[in-house]
Amino acid sequence: MRRNTILTAIALLLLIGFLAFADNFFDLYLVRILNLCAIYAILGLSMNLINGFTGLFSLGHAGFMAVGAYVTALLTIPPDVKKQIFYMTPIMSPLDVMNLPFPLALLVGGLLTAFVAYLIGAPALKLKGDYLAIATLGFGEIIRVIFTNTQSITNGALGLKGIPNTTNLWWSFGTALFTLVVIASLIRSSYGRALMAIREDEVAAESMGIHLAKHKNLSFIIGAFFAGIGGGLLGNLLGTIDPKMFTFTLTFNILLIIVLGGMGSLSGSVISAFVVTIANEWLRFLDEQINLGFMVIQGKVGTRMVVFSVLLMVVVLFYRNGLMGNRELTWDQLCNSKIWRGLSARKRGTAIAEGGEK
Amino acid sequence: MLKINNLVVSYGGIEALKGIDLEVEEGKIVTLVGANGAGKSTTLRTIMGLVKPVSGSILYDGKDLLKEKTQNLTRYGLNLVPEGRRVFADLTVLENLKIGAYCRKDTKGIKEDLEWVFSLFPILKERVWQLSGTLSGGEQQMLAVGRALMARPRLLMMDEPSLGLAPLIVKDIFRIIQEIHKQGVTILLIEQNANAALHIADVGYVMETGRITLKGSGKELLTNEEVKAAYLGHSVKKVI
Repeated sequence: MRRNTILTAIALLLLIGFLAFADNFFDLYLVRILNLCAIYAILGLSMNLINGFTGLFSLGHAGFMAVGAYVTALLTIPPDVKKQIFYMTPIMSPLDVMNLPFPLALLVGGLLTAFVAYLIGAPALKLKGDYLAIATLGFGEIIRVIFTNTQSITNGALGLKGIPNTTNLWWSFGTALFTLVVIASLIRSSYGRALMAIREDEVAAESMGIHLAKHKNLSFIIGAFFAGIGGGLLGNLLGTIDPKMFTFTLTFNILLIIVLGGMGSLSGSVISAFVVTIANEWLRFLDEQINLGFMVIQGKVGTRMVVFSVLLMVVVLFYRNGLMGNRELTWDQLCNSKIWRGLSARKRGTAIAEGGEK
Repeated sequence: MLKINNLVVSYGGIEALKGIDLEVEEGKIVTLVGANGAGKSTTLRTIMGLVKPVSGSILYDGKDLLKEKTQNLTRYGLNLVPEGRRVFADLTVLENLKIGAYCRKDTKGIKEDLEWVFSLFPILKERVWQLSGTLSGGEQQMLAVGRALMARPRLLMMDEPSLGLAPLIVKDIFRIIQEIHKQGVTILLIEQNANAALHIADVGYVMETGRITLKGSGKELLTNEEVKAAYLGHSVKKVI
């Protein structure tokens, strides 16, 4: 127990050190990728709570992100900039002067997203399996269409520009850590067990005295809250958002992360968020012209997405549990793993040998 | 304790229960035996509120159960060991047991009951960290019973606890049912294994195609010729 606390503290210090280093010495491109990794980790964790732990196959994540991103952006863009971007239709009256500091705006964005999830969840969570997926997918699209058409609030298809680039490594990693801690403690509580019981068997869970609707809503709302916050961070990282960003493809990307990482594994989601985001950048060479020496392949934009599609198919066919299944990466596990034990055994062995020689 | 009056249940026009009366008195083991499709499981599902009846009433300690939601029944001490075990396969044995105590807040009592369950089923203690989906059928049944006990039920309803288990394990399960009963838990046992069920029962009901055809003490029913012919198989041999 004590050892684990120490290890966690060391890991946190290492992370802080790394972030400080990255903040000062990495170029902007790398910093942006790291930011994206952390944001995708937040999104993956929140979607995993809904899909992986509670077993609700929800595909509305892009919609939730859109709500969070727009609310945060509208609350953080300075009033004079707002006047400039809303040149087609002027912005609605209270919104044009509203301005909040970034953390508060982020929180409001998250809370509003949670409220939207509550409204959607009340009817939609009565559905099960594929039907829930279709309904939530529909709601995600509805949100996007509404945002395209409410010109005086969201600036419609023109999108929002000039969002202050407040999101930095500290914000994104800090929020990701906060998300991880909140969701992990939720999962470990009796609520978390109830959620997993619902995933395993609804009838049995109900006869254990678990209120199905209440718990499903709880999971849906908390998941949406963090999705909204993730969306807000993303908006303030990119500096510009428009409704086309929040199509089904975005939901698919997050779904890819949690399926690859393992439905029902928080550490899996985090690892896979980093792997997928970094690979997404690294594989960019596929989109460009490739010179093999004897022939030249003309690049097509989007080729790298094929890799992910194939990867997803392979995972679904052969490794249905993903990277981690529903296990978690814990210190106990790491310390008991073969590699570590092998290392420490060798150390002890040499120590004994040296002692013997003396 | 539990009183069912003239209960009629139909699944889309087909009557599964054609007006049954059943009573479970406090402190007894009551068993409901019958062949496949007699309506035993439907009776249980209706008690738990998973199926809505056409007419009739179910009273539990004077409360109308038909107006209660399924998830609240546990709070009144009414618990079900569902048919086919239905353990939460991807959770560990300990997690399964803790979910059983989900509605309770008394940490100390939960700990005591956990020890009690472990004393009834020592095998579960050895396997606390194992995923329950990887247990054998008998162990899963024990877990399902243990999980229900964690809610500290007053009336424990069991749906075919012997289903698909080896004879030796069935014997074990029935011994444990008696042991649980000795601790003051009233038991409503639904079984196809009429022989074993009637041996331990204080009161037995025989069901056939949606009706209760016979009622009596366990011993009476065991010696009843009709029951023997239909469920116990002794007199069938004579005919042949």
